[in-house]
Amino acid sequence: MTDVDIDRLPDGPRIKPKLSRDDVLMRSGMAIIAVYLVVTLALPLYAMLSKSFSTYRFDLTQYELQASDENGAFNDQVFTAAQLNDKLQKFSDLDLSTAADGRLAPSKFFPDFSFRSPVNYRIRNVSEGGRLLVGSTLKTTTDWLELDSNTFRRVQLRPVESTGLDNFKRYFSTPALFNSIKNSLFIALVSTVVTVSLAFWFAYALNRSCMRFKGVFRLVAMAPILVPSLLPGIALVYLFGNQGMIKELLFGASIYGPIGILIGSVFFTFPHAFLIISTALAISDARLYEAATSLRATPWRTFWTVTIPGARYGLISSAIVVFNLVITDFGLPKVIGGQYNVLALDIYKHVIGQQNFQMGAVVSVVLLIPAVFAFAIDRYVQSKQVAQLSARSVAYQPKPNPKADRISLLYCALVGIFIVGILAVCQLAALVKFWPYDMSLSLNNYQFEKMDGGGWGAYYNSIKLGLATAVVGTSVVFFGAYLVEKTTGFRTGRAIFQMFAMLPMAVPGMVLGLAYIFFFNNPSNPFNAIYGTMAILVICSVTHFYTVSHLTAVTALKQMDKEFESVSASLKQPTMKLFARVTVPVSLPAILDISIYLFVNAMTTVSAVVFLASPKTSLASVAVLNMDDAGDIAPAAAMGMMIFYTNAFARIIHLVASKGILKRTQAWKG
Amino acid sequence: MNLKSRIAVSFAAVAMSTTALFAGTELTVYTAIEAEDLPRYAATFEAANPDITINWVRDSTGVITAKLLAERDNPQADVVWGLAGTSLLLMKSEGMLEPYAPAGADKLDPKFIDSDTTPSWVGMDAWVAAVCYNTVEAEKAGLTPPSSWKDLLDPQYAGHIIMPNPNSSGTGFLDVSSWLQIFGEDGGWDYMDGLHANIARYTHSGSKPCKLAAAGEIPIGISFAFRGAKSKAAGAPLEIIVPTEGVGWEMEATAIIAGTANEEAAQKLVDFTISMEAMEMYNKGYAVVAIPGVAKPVEHFPDTLLGAMINNDFEWAANNRATILGEWQKRYDGKSDPK
Repeated sequence: MTDVDIDRLPDGPRIKPKLSRDDVLMRSGMAIIAVYLVVTLALPLYAMLSKSFSTYRFDLTQYELQASDENGAFNDQVFTAAQLNDKLQKFSDLDLSTAADGRLAPSKFFPDFSFRSPVNYRIRNVSEGGRLLVGSTLKTTTDWLELDSNTFRRVQLRPVESTGLDNFKRYFSTPALFNSIKNSLFIALVSTVVTVSLAFWFAYALNRSCMRFKGVFRLVAMAPILVPSLLPGIALVYLFGNQGMIKELLFGASIYGPIGILIGSVFFTFPHAFLIISTALAISDARLYEAATSLRATPWRTFWTVTIPGARYGLISSAIVVFNLVITDFGLPKVIGGQYNVLALDIYKHVIGQQNFQMGAVVSVVLLIPAVFAFAIDRYVQSKQVAQLSARSVAYQPKPNPKADRISLLYCALVGIFIVGILAVCQLAALVKFWPYDMSLSLNNYQFEKMDGGGWGAYYNSIKLGLATAVVGTSVVFFGAYLVEKTTGFRTGRAIFQMFAMLPMAVPGMVLGLAYIFFFNNPSNPFNAIYGTMAILVICSVTHFYTVSHLTAVTALKQMDKEFESVSASLKQPTMKLFARVTVPVSLPAILDISIYLFVNAMTTVSAVVFLASPKTSLASVAVLNMDDAGDIAPAAAMGMMIFYTNAFARIIHLVASKGILKRTQAWKG
Repeated sequence: MNLKSRIAVSFAAVAMSTTALFAGTELTVYTAIEAEDLPRYAATFEAANPDITINWVRDSTGVITAKLLAERDNPQADVVWGLAGTSLLLMKSEGMLEPYAPAGADKLDPKFIDSDTTPSWVGMDAWVAAVCYNTVEAEKAGLTPPSSWKDLLDPQYAGHIIMPNPNSSGTGFLDVSSWLQIFGEDGGWDYMDGLHANIARYTHSGSKPCKLAAAGEIPIGISFAFRGAKSKAAGAPLEIIVPTEGVGWEMEATAIIAGTANEEAAQKLVDFTISMEAMEMYNKGYAVVAIPGVAKPVEHFPDTLLGAMINNDFEWAANNRATILGEWQKRYDGKSDPK
């Protein structure tokens, strides 16, 4: 064929293969999952976005006022409130924009108003359905209300809803709120640098030294992933609080503030960074090191010219993951942040404290920006990454070096003590009767029924949520990934689907939760019925953790040859049969990985579900937050540790199951 | 319709009517009452009204208020039993409450009932602000006990006081609105400027300052008396101080949600919530209840508490809430970073 000039061949008629029944089935399957993602992600986010533009303004043209003379006779002209305001220049345009519960006293339009004066006032709505209050009674009719001055003092105008950028203007003109952006970025950047450095050396020690107990350290490093992010905050209170065991170490500084948030953030993001960097270090090519040695490069030079460049994508990826986790976390700042305001906490305060959903939506939009930005960088870096491991690569084998091995062991032991110490302190705090006045041990703190947060029921609900998320999530995600990977043709559709599957990672949990309220708690929404049920929690969790699960599934499926599909097609076997008989069994290890990932995350997540859990579906992770909030810190630690043990138990089952299944189904891999 | 299905339908109809007869009405009741009190309250009510069952929906004051307002166009609750009076005023101004004059309303202290001819809400009991003072930790820090709000401005307390953030806590707002009423608008803000210098940090919940004081995290927690009494009973070295200028208070109150499908049952519940039996039930934990002269002293409650309650203007507090919170945030939230 080589001697035929392909360019000269005339275009043949375009062949458009007829869609087989299978193709139709797969495409409609993909469409269904795509619709699922639209309903559970795109539409709620849209609802949130539109909420952030929904503003409340006092419409002064809608009220008419009249003042009497000293004797109570109304001879003066009738003015609208807008005319009075124009005359007095009392309120500027920005003053008139307000929140949903805003109120404005019309007595302020009369400069010589006194509640003791004999002057009477008349006020009415210009059109039916207006909103004004006398005391706390709503008046909506256009009838004139005649009031003495003491009653007129109690009249309040209410805002009407409109659309515009007022919320954003107000947000950026409030220094307190603006400050949070600075704080959030500062905490996220510093935690990122610290965590990534710590995790790099930890992974380096495990991969590049011959130290002992590597297996143990690997397990210890992953432990923080099994607890809610706010648990380290509770441990820090017991360690460094005013009654803390080792508060002297802080030299008088307060743990309540950036220091506490930083230490806690390093704890809970450590496993994420470690996992990514460890993978990056594990695949480096021994031949590069041999070359460096033969060129007589010093270890220092080798480190900077071989090791670091080899691991750079891992480092960047882990930095972005840590940054994203920290900037979107609100549990830690809430537990140990003291007066240090961050964006994620502002959303919580606006929604729960002030019921100002519009402002909550505005902060959510602001929080989306750094998260989306980090996500875009990550995507870019991933696309630049080329396979480092070629067929000719030789795996790097560390050589024993007693001195370096001892330092490595010492370093890992220090990090290990930090992680185990935090968990141990929580367990101890949970068992002490009344810290610090009665240090005897008891199980009093496990009487969750007596506390806020939902009692033991919350714990069982969490397990239910974990299991349901694992089952539903794994099925949806794996099937979706299969359809994307193995459908032939239909490029645009697949690309759009991929994009949707990547989107959840860029959406902070808290923003997702808030978006769900706006979307699902709308009576005209056909899905309104699931609001307040377990179903919405499952859907929210599946969507929140969709991306990583999807990527795991895609990676596993990519390892399977497309030939399977061709063979089954030529044998006239339906694709679904192939899927059930071959694909699923072969991919079982990945499927198990996805389920444990979903289970563990559903057990520990707070941010996404904190707005959605109802008293009937209260959750353990939210209970930890609520109990801490109410000041029941020891029971909060007790519940947090229950989550830890449950997750550790699930992990062990997962390990045993994976081993068994690997033996039975993966024997062909030889 | 054949015979079989006709029999099935009539069976279903009979079954439905009998369950209606025996199970009676189910009421969805939103509440912020302490979790541990709920079973007792429900049992007492259901003993008197066996045909009505209560389905509780409980959360903190802020969350329940947010939930009720969010559900404004599609209310899920039949009755609100045990929510802050200011929250109910907020709902009243949205036209969400069904006015109803319950039997025995004339016996209530006028402070505890909506002043409209047909009241929209009725009160149950009051929670009163107080200062929780940890004697052990205070001694360690060399502090002398304060006796008034103004005492707390003394530099000796710098960094030793915790209070709730009014932007997220009802108790915090209660404190702030009471200071503005006690000291006047300008005096109140001056007072808070001074207090801010002594505050270690602001918490998100109202009970936390007292629990932190009980746990020795801080010597002085501005919180409410009910919480202090409970912690004291649990063995904490606490003194409950009632500042001499007077203390803010908030009532827990009851109202029917407009548009409820179970109006008759809802009215029965509201009748019950202001009955003598209910007052005695509240009195187990609360020292102040809505019918005057009923309450017996509650253990660990300071006896000066009742007299110290200010004449709280709830309507003023509810109508100025947004302005006060905005001002507070501007003054203290932005520059309250730790030094």
